[in-house]
Amino acid sequence: MAKPETMTINMGPQHPATHGVLRIELDLEGETIIDARPIIGYLHTGIEKNMEAKTYTQALTMTDRMDYLAPMSNNLVYVGAIEKLMEVEVPPRAEYVRVIMTELTRLASHLVWLGTHAIDIGAMSMLLYCFREREKIVQMYEFVSGVRMMSSYFRVGGLAQDIPPGFDKRVKDILGTFPAKIAEYEGLLTNNRIWRNRTIGVGTISAEAAIDAGLSGPNLRGSGVAWDIRKSNPYSYYDRFEFDIPTGKNGDVYDRYKVRLEEMRQSLRIIGQAVGGIPEGPYITTDRKIALPPKNEVLQGMEQLIHQFKIVVHGFTPPKGDVYFAIESPKGEIGCYLVSDGTKKPYRVHFRPPSFVNISALPKLVIGRMVADVIACIGSIDIVLGEIDR
Amino acid sequence: MMTSIVEEKLRKEYSDKILDISTFRGDLNVVIKPGDVIEICRFLKTEPDLKFNFLSCITAADYLGKREIRFEVVYILFSIPNRKRIILKTRVNEGEEIPTLASLWRTADWQEREVFDMFGIRFAGHPNLKRILMDDDWVGYPQRKDFPLTYEVPHFSHNKGEIDTRDKAPWRGDNDG
Repeated sequence: MAKPETMTINMGPQHPATHGVLRIELDLEGETIIDARPIIGYLHTGIEKNMEAKTYTQALTMTDRMDYLAPMSNNLVYVGAIEKLMEVEVPPRAEYVRVIMTELTRLASHLVWLGTHAIDIGAMSMLLYCFREREKIVQMYEFVSGVRMMSSYFRVGGLAQDIPPGFDKRVKDILGTFPAKIAEYEGLLTNNRIWRNRTIGVGTISAEAAIDAGLSGPNLRGSGVAWDIRKSNPYSYYDRFEFDIPTGKNGDVYDRYKVRLEEMRQSLRIIGQAVGGIPEGPYITTDRKIALPPKNEVLQGMEQLIHQFKIVVHGFTPPKGDVYFAIESPKGEIGCYLVSDGTKKPYRVHFRPPSFVNISALPKLVIGRMVADVIACIGSIDIVLGEIDR
Repeated sequence: MMTSIVEEKLRKEYSDKILDISTFRGDLNVVIKPGDVIEICRFLKTEPDLKFNFLSCITAADYLGKREIRFEVVYILFSIPNRKRIILKTRVNEGEEIPTLASLWRTADWQEREVFDMFGIRFAGHPNLKRILMDDDWVGYPQRKDFPLTYEVPHFSHNKGEIDTRDKAPWRGDNDG
């Protein structure tokens, strides 16, 4: 029999299962994939370039727009890099709220991942359930920052504003309802025969190959590498809370699914420990060269008025130097490389986007498999195109 | 303490190849020559005590008018077993090449492409060095400091003649493409 001809097809850029404007060139023999080339850049808006033209605080708003499903994680890595460079002391109250909000963010991001991943491989109802729960977290965003998605809630030195009264109660409500919901998702999927057939043994990657490809976060842990930046290089107050790092064994789509579901439980565990202990005190640093003074002081004191004026008009100026700061975002290691030339604007900002690195490993996962498995693999590595293209 | 072991080892093995070594905000910064990138990275990756097995990030910065050597390429390596990070830096001028790290880590492939796309720094031996975020026919390198922030080349026109004759990099005086 003659060898079948190779056919090249485009998956995307307008394809609902590519989670955004991603195009993949697939070389097929029959339905078997012999090569895959992800092509990105459709959403490139020059965020890093734009940030160079803004003051540090102005540029913060652009970080939300990278991984728009996990805005607080992006805020945290950016303000964290500046705080590392300026050696700012963040008050405990702000650190507690940061931990709670970034863990809620992880829940929200994983929920969108689960819903879209499941709908891609046929479990329609999951999307509706996941968005139902995510809505509660989005409302928490609105509750603390006034904005549902592009929250920009973290500021250099602390938070944009103090948490409103009733914060504890709302977080506890979420903590009360979520475990049952996660059990419900597991009940729908984990032992579902169709789900298992579509995911077990699909998109397998070994631990060595995953490290070689730069995978991080749940994708790497699915291959059995127990590395989580929250544990290995604790930032914020993560060293004060107990949690486990779930890992998989086979590095397939199913293991990555199991890892993320367990991570959601661990996030709830962290939130549960943090929410009872939020200390009283300032929500942002009292260093008046960095953060605005309280309004009532501005109205009464000359010096405070000058501080307010200087910060609003001029911003703050970190010392010269460059730092790299990395945190564990829901998608993996997000890092911020920041160069300061001593002026009020960043000289260079670069984000190490986890989705960008993770999607570059896609060919490794899909070569030799069927077209339908590409959908399962894209879903399982959990990408956000806004972050890939920036 | 761990940082000092790394520093010691590097000083011992490559005392002649390290241009500068310093610790800033807890991270070890090592400046090396472009030609030694592969050798030193391989050493850091394979040396049993160090095991910097994870390439986190490759990026660059343009120091136009601020430094004698214009670009600085930054490699951030992480050791998953030892939980430590190291920042390697190498400096190149326009037109100079850096050997690619794609043979050591597959993840270097795309990250070097992004550096090339944004800064025009070429990586010698790279398997597929072409633009990744910008269009294939884009002129100029957006993250360079002499690339304007606000100017935008109109990319679409209904007039075919205008497309063909359009000056693709009008901000440059010389139009050398």
